[in-house]
Amino acid sequence: MTRNRILFGIGVLAFVSVIVTVRLGGFLVDNEYRQPDRQVAAQEELGEAELTPRQQGIADEQAADEAEARARPYEEAEYRTVPFVGSRVTVWVLAQLHLLFAAFVLAVPLFAFIIEFVGYVKKEERYNKLAYEFTKLLSVSFSMTATFGAFLTFALIILYPKFTNYLMHIFSPTFLPYVLLFFLEALFLYSYYYGWGKFGPKMHLFLGFMLNVVGTAIMFIANAWLTFMMSPGKRDDIDGDGVPDFVSAVSESGALLSLRDAFFNFTWMPINIHRIIANVAFGGSIAAAYAAFRYLQAKTDEERAHFDWMGYVGNFVAIIAFLPLPFAGYYLAAEIYAFSQTLGIQMMGGTFSWLFVLQAALIGNLFLGANYYLWLGMGRMEGGVHFQKFIKWLLIAIALCFAVWATPRYAISSVSEIAAMGGSSHPQLSYLGQMSAKNTAVNILILSTYMSFLLYRRTGRQSIHPYRQLLTRAQAIVFSSAAALVIFYGVYGYFVDSATRIRFAIPQVYSVLAALVVITVIDLPLYRNAAQSGETKWGRIPAVSQYALIFIALSFTWLMGLMGYVRSGLRQEWHVYGVILDTSPDAYTPNLGFATQVVSVTVLIFFGLIGVVFWLSSLSGKKDYAPGAAGEGGGRLEGGQAA
Amino acid sequence: MLGLNLPVVIVLAAIGGVLAWRRANTLTWLLYTWVALWAFFKYGFAVPIPQSVVTIYLGITGLALVCFASSSRERLSETVQPIVRLILEPRYRLALAGLLVALPALAAYNVYADLNVPLEAPGFGREVHPPPPTEMTVHDETVDMATAENPYLHYKHDDPELYGEHLENGRRVYYENCFWCHGDGMGGDGMFAHGLNPVPSNFNDVGTLPILQSSFVHWRIAKGAPGLPGAGTPWDSMMPAWEKFLTTEEMWDVNLFIYDFNGYEPRALGQH
Repeated sequence: MTRNRILFGIGVLAFVSVIVTVRLGGFLVDNEYRQPDRQVAAQEELGEAELTPRQQGIADEQAADEAEARARPYEEAEYRTVPFVGSRVTVWVLAQLHLLFAAFVLAVPLFAFIIEFVGYVKKEERYNKLAYEFTKLLSVSFSMTATFGAFLTFALIILYPKFTNYLMHIFSPTFLPYVLLFFLEALFLYSYYYGWGKFGPKMHLFLGFMLNVVGTAIMFIANAWLTFMMSPGKRDDIDGDGVPDFVSAVSESGALLSLRDAFFNFTWMPINIHRIIANVAFGGSIAAAYAAFRYLQAKTDEERAHFDWMGYVGNFVAIIAFLPLPFAGYYLAAEIYAFSQTLGIQMMGGTFSWLFVLQAALIGNLFLGANYYLWLGMGRMEGGVHFQKFIKWLLIAIALCFAVWATPRYAISSVSEIAAMGGSSHPQLSYLGQMSAKNTAVNILILSTYMSFLLYRRTGRQSIHPYRQLLTRAQAIVFSSAAALVIFYGVYGYFVDSATRIRFAIPQVYSVLAALVVITVIDLPLYRNAAQSGETKWGRIPAVSQYALIFIALSFTWLMGLMGYVRSGLRQEWHVYGVILDTSPDAYTPNLGFATQVVSVTVLIFFGLIGVVFWLSSLSGKKDYAPGAAGEGGGRLEGGQAA
Repeated sequence: MLGLNLPVVIVLAAIGGVLAWRRANTLTWLLYTWVALWAFFKYGFAVPIPQSVVTIYLGITGLALVCFASSSRERLSETVQPIVRLILEPRYRLALAGLLVALPALAAYNVYADLNVPLEAPGFGREVHPPPPTEMTVHDETVDMATAENPYLHYKHDDPELYGEHLENGRRVYYENCFWCHGDGMGGDGMFAHGLNPVPSNFNDVGTLPILQSSFVHWRIAKGAPGLPGAGTPWDSMMPAWEKFLTTEEMWDVNLFIYDFNGYEPRALGQH
């Protein structure tokens, strides 16, 4: 009670203080010095205004400011700053948000088109509906992408005007095609979305195909701008000695020598490949998260069944794209290393290498999450108990590989730990910190995940193929041989020089890819028209599986933010590596903790915004508003669009 | 054996054997796995694993065990049922009371143990190789680190005799200046090596010379410890900046010699 009275008293006091301050201010202004009446009359005769000393002071100040502004010569600003967060973080966050939405907008049409095509070939309407459900997410996301793109462009022009001008000097011929393609993308996207069911299937598929072609072309142009900043030139053996030489696209002062070399620069194609695959994985995971969001909101079994299936397909797309992603990432990293040993060492052995430990943790989580979702999915099928016994072994393999991948070469250690180890690396565990172990771990992770998928596919099904035993054994032999080959090269890598060891990554990758292809080719006829031992009950999956889908989407987004920072941050104090120095106050490389905080905040903002996208997309499935239908405020009618 | 603390490993394996023999339930196996791995990572190695790595491993273990326990309705039920029985059935009341005391006590002990670690200076994360600058100036000459190559390397094919002369000069420079620390056989084990921490680079190592361009080695020779980058400090290196004592030609010659002596070729620009 006393506390309430004190609070009330403070409130009253604050109110009275404000009133008193305002009144006092008014009183002082009303009673400030004024000139005598006679002088005022004389001034009025001369046509001069009456000014108090305070007003005169203000007028003098304004006149002085104006005179100073007129006297100041025009100067080109090199940099401008943003209070509190700084220019670098502002552009960083905006670029990342633009990229995340753009990746989603580019990826969804890719698999929506494929799903629609599958529906067209199989003549199954449910695929068509699913593709439309995915496409519904595009409209709002497209606007978000464009908004953040414009926001980023303005931020660059305002905050880094000189450098933006330089980029225009190099890439101005690419801007007009970019804008035209953007127009075309809008045209194809909206005709694809709004034209669903309005065109013939072939025409509609054509629109979807063109949407993908145009979207990919847009990305390729934008990739040239950003990869030029990292590798402003191409690799070519100009002296014919068999050793590639670096051909710079710009002069030492930064003047353009060849737009072609600037565009098709060293890291352009690696990043194109990496981004296409990563976009599909990311887009699939976000679409799966949307399905999970709708599943958790669902009120009927029918809705649950639909969104369970949608989540499964989204996650399937994500994982299929995710499996080759480490190879594409390895290729990109190898090309960065080949372009500049400074960048390569900085990335894999220097400060930025610590972020790869975080990357390992996130990718390990992704693999674990993807497998977990598949294992939970076995619960949809009746008769799924048979394969449960394998889960333990798959889990052990995945956890072991995860641990190997997350083992740092040099551990963060206290002084006494370093003294006990005799150095920064542990005598046994440091072997796990080397590339041989990492490559082996990721390849086995991929094989294990594929095995989980195969078990999921077989749950509740019985092959009726006449050679089923032989074919199953053949699959087992291919799988074991690939695993054995990967482990053999992994171990052998410790006994050869590093140049040979690096090349071992290639047979490891090929053996895994070959195994995936061969096993799939055998599996398709093996389980065609398979006998169903039980019915697949979509929607009959524990709710925790949907949180796993959201977790996977979150991990993908985080990973993109983190690795995007590594790629961009590697340039350190350079705008264009080796050509244009960043001389702004933000040119320093932030410490790793701060960088991860910026990435995390960006991920949170993205998920806040994608939540809005999900909500807006889900509105179309709600019942229409009808005034007076129920209660005094109106009600809702049946028959809202539910695609 | 294998750097393991065998008594710990044997005890943990024996407990696992007893659990298998007694056909322990899922919950017991999960608890055993986590505790056994904690004990193995903490005490199972002759040289202890740093706490940061133990934390990573136990995090992965915990996550994997949660996934396993909840990966099917049946398994989740198997895991949870003993806990439900412990809470609900009157015959377990004493055990439940013991657990209710033991869990906070364990948490309290953990806090006590965490607060009672001896104070020590923080350790420093070591980087594998220091990242070189994009260019450097040696004896008033600018060296582009991305494209610079040993100017005498091509003599190996073009003029073997001249190559031999440069090599011989490199040998002289090495055994006059470098072998004191890097050793007769370049194993990083020269007569002064035992007094240095970190120890000098071992040029026999397959993970050192072959993955570096000769410009990187030239940078290290010319600029030594004073030229190491700000990032990743402190390097604690004793390497002198040899540009103050040797000519550019001598530095490239010794560069040539250490590659030739170990039978390695410098990594070329554009080579993966």
